[in-house]
Amino acid sequence: MKIPYYPGCTLHERARDFDVSARECAKALGVELEELPIWTCCGAVFPLVTDSVMDILAGVRNLEYASRIGDKLVTLCSFCYNVLKRTNRVMRDDLEKREKANLFLRADTAAREEVESYTKTDYTGQVEVLHYIEMLRDVVGFDELRKKVENGLGGLNVAPYYGCMLLRPKKEMEFDDPEQPTVFEDLLATLGCDIVDFPMKTECCGGFQIVNDEELAVMCSQNVVSSAIKRNADVIVTTCPLCRYNLDKKQEEMIERVRGFRRIPVIYFTQLLGLALGIDEEHIDFSDNYVDPRPVLAEKSLL
Amino acid sequence: MRLKLTRDLIRDELITRVQDLSGQSLLQCYQCGKCSAGCPVVHEMDIVPSEVIRLLQLGQLDEALDSKTIWICASCLQCASRCPKGVEFSSICDALRQIVLRKRMATPRVDADDVSAIMVSDAPQMGVVGALRKLNG
Repeated sequence: MKIPYYPGCTLHERARDFDVSARECAKALGVELEELPIWTCCGAVFPLVTDSVMDILAGVRNLEYASRIGDKLVTLCSFCYNVLKRTNRVMRDDLEKREKANLFLRADTAAREEVESYTKTDYTGQVEVLHYIEMLRDVVGFDELRKKVENGLGGLNVAPYYGCMLLRPKKEMEFDDPEQPTVFEDLLATLGCDIVDFPMKTECCGGFQIVNDEELAVMCSQNVVSSAIKRNADVIVTTCPLCRYNLDKKQEEMIERVRGFRRIPVIYFTQLLGLALGIDEEHIDFSDNYVDPRPVLAEKSLL
Repeated sequence: MRLKLTRDLIRDELITRVQDLSGQSLLQCYQCGKCSAGCPVVHEMDIVPSEVIRLLQLGQLDEALDSKTIWICASCLQCASRCPKGVEFSSICDALRQIVLRKRMATPRVDADDVSAIMVSDAPQMGVVGALRKLNG
């Protein structure tokens, strides 16, 4: 089964490990992620002001590209998912913005030249934007996934970190409850993990503020990391490259700020999924992790 | 803090502009403070989210625009998700930033040239792009 796939800029560059592990896992589950033939940056953040059509155009273009090859679009990065899903909703529900955005699309000569099958039909929000976790739950099915698990991850204490972008705003994302989400836990339970519930699982990691005010973002991340450590987690699992960066790489600074700070690996959920499905370690690729998860995984006999 | 309250200030067209840009009705807020209580960066703010809304209700736009608060919000939407009246402070914050950034000759909060080389070569692109879009305009 083929499903259109939007990797986004970060997965193409700094989060190759996320992209490669996700593709390999999908393959093992009988799904081929078909990367869009052309795509651009989605814009990374959804504009919260009401008058901006230009700020959603990048997202609209990518959705329109996706509509040419299928009726679904799977993405992994929480930011891309948030932007594409909210943009899609604008295109579906806001007729004025839809019309304006389509005028831009029609003027987009580059797009017309690159893809022969371009039909000049308006984009009306017909593509269904799915997160990879939703694909696992609704297209593959957790029961089916359970049957394909080769190495149960029993004994590994995993703290699922949702962050913000998957969940909020609830009425638009419709992903899960914004305060007490459970879908990540359901997925991890399918893989046999021991789940660590921690109070900061939906708290912000500081996000893009890492660029503006590093200390502020590190403090936010530290609250999340410390909360998971206190609950005796072995690893934190995330779905967002920016969360991964803030929570993992910035432990370099947390060590200096907090006496006796114990480091904890932060990995992508697809890396854990890869382990469970028995994917080759080279495709899971732990080499980009700042805090190496391999010692703890080896200790639990999972490598 | 001493405030001078006048009808002109409260009905200032820029206050209406904040409401239009953010899509939020300022008078919906009844000052319960849940937004401020749940905000992960509130302790770094000079004016907390519910106070910013109160200032706007009273027409004190300049106080809000000059605050440090609007630049350290990371748009995590925790405030919006917890508000019992459905007011999204994150959107009000974005509107206030836009009012500053759209002024002619505005000084952006984050200038592309100021982003450190380490950040550019190390951080995920989404972080750099996100910061520039939110804080540069």
